[in-house]
Amino acid sequence: MSSEAIRNTFGTPETHFLNHEKGWKSWAFTLDHKRIGIMYLIGVNVALIMAGIFALVLRSHLWSFDGTGPVKLSNEMYNQMFTLHGAVMVFSFIIPSVPAALGNIVLPMMLGAKDVAFPRMNLASFYLWIAGTGCLLAAILSGNGLDTGWTFYTPYSIETETGVIYATFGAFILGFSSIFTGLNFLVTVNTMRAKGQTWFKLPLFLWSLYATSIIQVLATPVLGITLLMLIAEKTMHIGIFDPKYGGDPVLFQHFFWFYSHPAVYIMILPAMGVISELISVYSQKKIFGYSFIAFSSIAIALLGFLVWGHHMFTSGQSQVVTLIFSAITFTVAIPSAVKVFNWLATLYKGSILLSTPMCYALSFIFLFGIGGLTGLFLGALSTDIHLHDTYFVVAHFHFVMVGGTLTALLGGVFHWWPKIFGRMYNDTLGRISCFLVFTGFNLTFFPQFVMGARGMPRRYATYDPEFQIFHQYSTIGAFVLGFGIVMAYSVLLYAAFKGPRCGSNPFRAASLEWQSSSPPDFHNFTHKVVMTDPYDFDTQVYDEELDTYVHRELAQPTKPVEADPQPATH
Amino acid sequence: MAVADSHDTAHDDHHDHGEFIAHHFDSAEQQFDSGKLGIWIFLVTEVLFFSGLFVAYTLWRNHHPEVFEQAHVFLNKYLGGMNTIVLLFSSLTMALAVRSAQLGKNKQCSLYLLITMVCASMFLGVKAVEYSHKWDMGIFVRSAFDFHAGHHAAEPGTLAASLGVSPYLIKLSFIPAILLVGCIVASVIGKMTEKPLLSKFLVGMAVTVGGYFLGVVVGQVFVAATEGGSHASVVSPTEPLMLHAMTSEDGDHQAGDGEEHDHAEGEKHDHADGEIHETHHNEHHDDAHAMDHGPDPSKFDRDIGTFFSIYYCMTGLHAIHIIGGIIALAWLYWRSLAAHWRPDYFGPVDFVGLYWHLVDLIWIYLFPLLYLIE
Repeated sequence: MSSEAIRNTFGTPETHFLNHEKGWKSWAFTLDHKRIGIMYLIGVNVALIMAGIFALVLRSHLWSFDGTGPVKLSNEMYNQMFTLHGAVMVFSFIIPSVPAALGNIVLPMMLGAKDVAFPRMNLASFYLWIAGTGCLLAAILSGNGLDTGWTFYTPYSIETETGVIYATFGAFILGFSSIFTGLNFLVTVNTMRAKGQTWFKLPLFLWSLYATSIIQVLATPVLGITLLMLIAEKTMHIGIFDPKYGGDPVLFQHFFWFYSHPAVYIMILPAMGVISELISVYSQKKIFGYSFIAFSSIAIALLGFLVWGHHMFTSGQSQVVTLIFSAITFTVAIPSAVKVFNWLATLYKGSILLSTPMCYALSFIFLFGIGGLTGLFLGALSTDIHLHDTYFVVAHFHFVMVGGTLTALLGGVFHWWPKIFGRMYNDTLGRISCFLVFTGFNLTFFPQFVMGARGMPRRYATYDPEFQIFHQYSTIGAFVLGFGIVMAYSVLLYAAFKGPRCGSNPFRAASLEWQSSSPPDFHNFTHKVVMTDPYDFDTQVYDEELDTYVHRELAQPTKPVEADPQPATH
Repeated sequence: MAVADSHDTAHDDHHDHGEFIAHHFDSAEQQFDSGKLGIWIFLVTEVLFFSGLFVAYTLWRNHHPEVFEQAHVFLNKYLGGMNTIVLLFSSLTMALAVRSAQLGKNKQCSLYLLITMVCASMFLGVKAVEYSHKWDMGIFVRSAFDFHAGHHAAEPGTLAASLGVSPYLIKLSFIPAILLVGCIVASVIGKMTEKPLLSKFLVGMAVTVGGYFLGVVVGQVFVAATEGGSHASVVSPTEPLMLHAMTSEDGDHQAGDGEEHDHAEGEKHDHADGEIHETHHNEHHDDAHAMDHGPDPSKFDRDIGTFFSIYYCMTGLHAIHIIGGIIALAWLYWRSLAAHWRPDYFGPVDFVGLYWHLVDLIWIYLFPLLYLIE
């Protein structure tokens, strides 16, 4: 390979996927996974901002115990606010965040492929996401809002006059968006791996996305039919869930959690995959216990289907069932712990670089550790009876969902941002954003554990004065957290347009996506990828002229690198 | 195999060896394998999609076996049986269509696809007869369940009256009628503007929609033959007392809703309800003058309403899948007429075929579960 060709590939290319076509149509009708991923990234972050604003309004309202704080909501408005916060965060933000945004951009490149298996379905998934989110928000515009909580529990959801039909139809559509992504990823990983890329040469991010996709494909249809039945119940009173017509409202809870518990793993598994990548790259050390991490993802996906009943310990289900669900719940801790210990073992004696993505990854381990361990208190029957429906539960799942998934998303976005835009961000400001997110997060949710343990119930607009100080810590923390997230994205956005150019592989990562140029070509690779162990960083050698790392076979080819037989012509 | 360098230009040259291989696949084989795995995963999601309704069915049947036993007699198993045969036959022709596509026999393939579509359409026609027949008797979902033996007479002078069919059937047939006329008109226009492929396709579509009306006619004949125009004859002789209770005046059904609060207490009470029903049943058995007492809004008939809630949900969702299948088959039919299939490219026929067999299979489960309860 001539030095010019190397420069063109690993320096900044003239044409790449961001500029090879221009105009809004080239984005709106694109089938390119990278562009769809970027649109998803924008979309989920818009959802994050909206739902985040709902959260800040809630927290401001809770500043004083009797509702005389700076923001005063009526009780009905308060109910609507927390419902929309939950529903938008869960269905429109967290579930598609890592897989559909980051996964879409990275997955085919990690496989050395040109695109996902079904590009049109991929685009359809994005438009379904828009439609679904639109329906969810139409609940607000319908005039009545939505006040059921994101869980849509019957019989209240049947009786309430609010926009349950809009919202459930929105969630139904978002479910299909999720299924499309999952199906696409499963097929792509199965049939489109590069030559020589065996299952155990896949980066662990792909194992976690694969496990996630299994859940998306198996669990989401059940949510779909449940929500359709709820809509039918609400419009025609078919008598399946509605006790007034002989139905069983607890059946709805079973159906709902049969999806929504596995959905918790849809939210956290891809985040764990991101962390596996980050920990290894920024310790410059081969990941410890590759196959254990890989199979723990699959184990979590499968066990996740067997524990839905732990959301229903107080619903009146039989003692035996409750006991079994509790026991299986504890087993989920095993694969989760396997991951955490393997990450720690990877860090041990690694050459740790505390750059922004690594700071987020370390925050993840800490916060997920707390989130996971407090889950055991809730999985244990005796303590759950006390903690059920308190702020302890709220704090627990926010530690996992926000401390886990949001942190990993930010870490992953920082990690892959130079790959996507070919420009580097300001690392110092990035680290400050991480510090703010971490501090703000803990300030928000740690007091909620204390409150919950002392009996503060969730979803109440007013509360006893003794809890006020905790709520005030929490409210201050929420604003710090919000500021941290805004700062993180400001740093990134500035970098995307004004940041200094960076080479193809500034972080000395070894997985295949770093063999493409930054930003990548429309077809991802302009040369045949060199198959390599994704965690063998010694294969990457520093190129002074380009100021980046290059796979040694590409830098000093022992044999001529085969050119793509049909180079991309646009 | 040449790789077409851009997806957009791939369709221009029909004789290029790699015309239908998308740019991101390396080979026809990789494309086919991806599609095959994709459709199988999709079928898994479909099974799970129906699973919620099957679970609801199982629970209700477990809690109220007597309701299912009493309710299923309202379903005409001859119509259901005929629909089963129609669907099975369509699966056969679908399989033959896949075979012809694999051999690159496009003409044969299009014929088999057409027969498959006509069968699908006919299935819907029979279903429309079944539904309208039920609605005539006030057999709706739980909350609207309002059974009265015998038909609502269609208002004199209406189309329904002059054809001697249910007014609901006329309403259901409205869209197919428009489609039929539209297809015929459009195909004539296509012929005149010299678009032979389009015209041929639309003729096929008209024949397909015609299948619906064939189904309606056959269904009506079956109903007349098996039920003799009134519902009573399909109800087995052990049920007259239950019918007796239900033929009472309609007015009290709404009033009765208020009494349902005991259902709210959950599972335990549901069993208790079962016993209450038994009592009601026996009461009617003993009391030959139930009619004289005026209406008795026994919960029994409204529980039958839940059976029909489940029936309408399951068969309705299945019918939606049949309609989706017809749309997919129409797309294949178009591509057959355009002679797209070759021994190395027949994936879409194969994949839609798998979907069609699944839709068939779901009916194979629905039919005994709903119609053949003993």
